[in-house]
Amino acid sequence: MTGLLEGKVAFITGAARGQGRSHAVRMAEEGADVIAVDLCAQIGTVPYGMATPEDLAETVRQVEALDRRIVASTVDVRDSAGLQSALDDGVAQLGGLDVVSANAGVFSTARFEDLTDDQWDDMIGVNLTGVFRTARAAVPHLKANPDGGAMVLTSSTAGVKGIPNAAHYVAAKHGVVGLMKTLANELAPHRIRVNSLHPTTVDTDMIQNPAMYGLFRPDLGTSATREDAEAGFRTTNKLDVPWVESIDISNALVWLCSDLARYVTGVQLPVDAGNLVK
Amino acid sequence: MGKLEGKVAFITGAARGQGRSHALRLAQEGADIIAVDLCEQVGTIDYPMSTQEDLDETVRQVEALDRRIHAVKVDVRDQAAMKAAYAAGVAELGPVDIVLGNAGIAPLGSAEPDPERTFDEVVAINLKGVWNTVWVAAQDMIDRGQGGAIVLTSSTQGLTGRGSDGSAAAIGYAAAKHGVVGLMRSFANWLGPYGIRVNTVHPTGVHTPMVENEVIGRYVEENADAAAMVANLMPIDLIDAVDISNAVLYLVSDDGRYVSGVTLPVDAGFTAR
Repeated sequence: MTGLLEGKVAFITGAARGQGRSHAVRMAEEGADVIAVDLCAQIGTVPYGMATPEDLAETVRQVEALDRRIVASTVDVRDSAGLQSALDDGVAQLGGLDVVSANAGVFSTARFEDLTDDQWDDMIGVNLTGVFRTARAAVPHLKANPDGGAMVLTSSTAGVKGIPNAAHYVAAKHGVVGLMKTLANELAPHRIRVNSLHPTTVDTDMIQNPAMYGLFRPDLGTSATREDAEAGFRTTNKLDVPWVESIDISNALVWLCSDLARYVTGVQLPVDAGNLVK
Repeated sequence: MGKLEGKVAFITGAARGQGRSHALRLAQEGADIIAVDLCEQVGTIDYPMSTQEDLDETVRQVEALDRRIHAVKVDVRDQAAMKAAYAAGVAELGPVDIVLGNAGIAPLGSAEPDPERTFDEVVAINLKGVWNTVWVAAQDMIDRGQGGAIVLTSSTQGLTGRGSDGSAAAIGYAAAKHGVVGLMRSFANWLGPYGIRVNTVHPTGVHTPMVENEVIGRYVEENADAAAMVANLMPIDLIDAVDISNAVLYLVSDDGRYVSGVTLPVDAGFTAR
């Protein structure tokens, strides 16, 4: 059976683990080759262990196990020159660019009045400016593609509504929607579609960590466990689940990037177990 | 292996257009179909509506895919008749997993000698008909305890009133299609705890007999406001019914197992501009 993305090349940021790795593997299953980037290093204000070079190597291994090609680089999405060079190199090796997943993101938490300048700057830098730089690096390649292309920006339910104790995250994820809507307008004449995804909590390392558990169990603080926090997560969704899996976001991404959604653009697609309708 | 193997889908407005396309697309993925359609003209609509022959053709095409189909000629406005049609379908094909509230009319451009009647008829079919469709199936889906998926067909006119000319047709159509979003959000809250997901799709103009006919064609040509109703962001005027079916398929399949309460435009960027 022919894959939905046979012969396509996909550029994915934050591809070392979590949703990004799931996107790389799922798109490879549908026939795509992958240009993967990830910081693979810690950022000071992020309260959980970030991805490592070993994580990115594992993504490479899993994509290659599917008999697809992958060009992986360690790059900071805040670094325009590094990002452009990694993408240009990938495009040169893989022969073009068709789809983009701006997925790299971090999470941290603080009461509004306690947010530090560093927390704000890191968050806006990675989760908003990083998406801008990813898209800006990719647009010339997509415009050069006679078939057009598809770009998907990963926002969040927090890109549609407010949540307490993460003003910098909410601001960045709302900003991503602004980028998406503008890009959809600018790029539609070139048959380049641009949409955003809005996951509820996803079962990844960005969420499954003591800092996040403590948000739902202030009584336990950072000693709270996954089990302690699960009921709290569950109350945020209308469907009876505490979180969704990375594969659910990947399935939405594949649909948006494939010809099945050839006339879908400018859309905010929640994959949120009814979080936003609740 | 299809994405909907062993499922049963209840689809309104299935005689032609998007409804037939949905029936075929879901059948291709393994679903059996309970298909209903009015197969008659209604008073406020000047373009030709579907016929029994159209519904027969949907039956023929679904059966050609080796799937089963139970087709009933019924009016979505008539809740008792809808209940009976639904029950007969379930008796033949088994319990329903998927409900598609697709039946609708577009009075734009039809003569409007009695605006109140135009408004009432479009709201009765495009809004109350959708409520009836879900209403006759929902309690069984809850009782069965297997979850399910419901997709209601709204419109770009369910998210914006762009292009209105003040006619009862334009206002009633937009009001009904916005109302469908209200139905969806309320259903999604009611049914979510039972694992039943509810979403809307919002098509721009689609190549179907409801849109591609002399009445609507003349309306768009002669009415400067109406041109705004079909001005997409992407360089395309009308999209294909299968594009809506592919969105419906994503929403009702396990690919969309955690998607609920969502208004999903399939509109070539119409609502993004």
